[in-house]
Amino acid sequence: MNPESLGFIFLSAFLINNFVLAMFLGLCPFVGVSAKRDTAFNMSLATTFVMFVSSVCAYGVNSILTHFELEFLRLISYIAIIASAVQLVEMILKKFSPTLFRALGIFLPLITTNCAILGVALFQTARGYDFFQSVAFSLGAGAGFGLAIMLMAGLREKLELSKLPNITQAAALSMMLAGILSMTFMGFAGLGGTA
Amino acid sequence: MAQTNKKETPLTWDVFTTGLWKENPVFVMMLGLCPVLAVTNTVENSLGMGAATLFVLVCSNALVSALRNFIPKQVRITTYIVIIATFVTLVDYIIQAISLDLYNKLGAFIQLIVVNCLILGRAEAYASKNSFGKSVISATGMGLGFALALVMLGSVRELLGSGQLLGIRIFSENFEPWIVMILPPGGFIVLGCWLLLINYVHQRKTESLINQDAAASHCSVPQQH
Amino acid sequence: MSQQAETPKQPSSSSLILTLAVVAMLSGLLVVLIYEFTKPIIAENQRIATEKAIFKVLPAAESRLTFQLQDGKLIAADDKSGGELLYAGYDSNKQLVGLALNAAAQGYQDTVKLLYGYTPENGCITGFDVLKSTETPGFGTQISSNAEFLANFKCLEAKVKQTLDGLANVIKTVRNGTKQHAWEIDAISGSTITSNAVGRMLNQSGQRLHPVIAKHLPMLQQAAEQPPTQ
Repeated sequence: MNPESLGFIFLSAFLINNFVLAMFLGLCPFVGVSAKRDTAFNMSLATTFVMFVSSVCAYGVNSILTHFELEFLRLISYIAIIASAVQLVEMILKKFSPTLFRALGIFLPLITTNCAILGVALFQTARGYDFFQSVAFSLGAGAGFGLAIMLMAGLREKLELSKLPNITQAAALSMMLAGILSMTFMGFAGLGGTA
Repeated sequence: MAQTNKKETPLTWDVFTTGLWKENPVFVMMLGLCPVLAVTNTVENSLGMGAATLFVLVCSNALVSALRNFIPKQVRITTYIVIIATFVTLVDYIIQAISLDLYNKLGAFIQLIVVNCLILGRAEAYASKNSFGKSVISATGMGLGFALALVMLGSVRELLGSGQLLGIRIFSENFEPWIVMILPPGGFIVLGCWLLLINYVHQRKTESLINQDAAASHCSVPQQH
Repeated sequence: MSQQAETPKQPSSSSLILTLAVVAMLSGLLVVLIYEFTKPIIAENQRIATEKAIFKVLPAAESRLTFQLQDGKLIAADDKSGGELLYAGYDSNKQLVGLALNAAAQGYQDTVKLLYGYTPENGCITGFDVLKSTETPGFGTQISSNAEFLANFKCLEAKVKQTLDGLANVIKTVRNGTKQHAWEIDAISGSTITSNAVGRMLNQSGQRLHPVIAKHLPMLQQAAEQPPTQ
């Protein structure tokens, strides 16, 4: 498959180089908000949405910065964009969809310091994606984040019911589970190589 | 100045060691996990990342602490983020100037230091409330604790994953490297194992403390009667 | 003073904006200072890294010139110019020894990028340097260490068609041990996907670039003696 094609970029961010399990981005919410499936689902929706918005904004700002040869301000601008994108999303949701706002509300501020969001912006710049590629990349990354966090939440809900040794409390067990999940995701690696 | 000094506890050795081990940012507080797992496939990368994070942590906390009485509460988070992003940009260019090779290996994870919750967390929770000297010392302790955790992970992964440490071969040629260790799953599993080990040691300690207490109270019972 | 601290008064918007502006200016100043200071050092580091790769794939070369591909034409350029760059290597007598070209394709995990050496006189690809790869260590990384695989690149045929619109033979990777022609690459058993990627990227790059090089060969050969003015 052509590595530049939109479908492949999406697939790569979604499965092959899964943002959480292969690139280690967005681990804080992955560990923190994966205890219940419905919260995990809401979190991944909110994250995907912010990823999409900030990826589009980052693309615009990057073209402006490159035009004026101000690349050294990139990082600072991206952070500012993400913080404002989160605020914007919060305000829009509050106004137009109070139900969704109540569901996502508490997660929105958390998303600002989610490295997956900044990761999307930085990687799309580093790889020189054009506008549509950036959009495909951000959606793939969001979907990948959602998939990983949902899988984890499902596993943890099952574990609630089982008897575990004391030393596996807190994050240690989550890390082990993530390791096994990550290993299964490595099976997707060959997807793009044939053809 | 007066009101901030009033709250302060005296500067002790503890300020430094808390971050180093007792409240280790990685093993105890689980902060800043992205770089912990992403770049620790060799000791060299771990050291580079640890040093970069230490630099950003110390500099930004020093500046936040120095400016703490001038920054209005309403805009403090924005200000902190701008300060942190500045130092990260500096580190980004400095590493490129020192070694392009290391820069290519660490890749985007240098810039991702900005969203390392450890740095913003310390700025908000410690540096904004404490004196310059204490903030710097505490940040140094935290940064070293973070680097220590990175190196602990990196050395296990490099040793098992390629049979060497810092590029020097430790195991003989006959050693079949556990390749999974330098791959992403290895990061999760090694961190999980360290956490298990730490939990285990911690539990043993509490258990023996409880046993001692129990023994002590047991002995004292007859004397009271 | 300590009484005031208990109930801080609401600061005005102008003081908030002022603080932010001062902090932003301070950070801008710092960033620009370091940027200006490290810029030449970084450029120098990058030049060294590029030259190391070029002289690795063209061992006979002692100096090099950079060209840029623009609308099917080669024009002199420097390393900073964007677009597609080609590097021509020259020996001490200013004779063209070969070209170093970029190639990339999707490997097992992510994109693999190579710089490879190409000698237009005999149409041989003579070796490569891996610029970027996140392939599985011990499997995909063998492309730069496996002696059997590297033997493919003593002279991998990449001759241009008479009509100058592509390669005479399609470069392709074949199963380990079944190489029959000079334009076939014997795959590494166990890392077929990465080996395939190498074949695909060399073919892609060759089909596109080698005819252009053939057209501009006289210019490339003389370029070192009389640097073309831009």
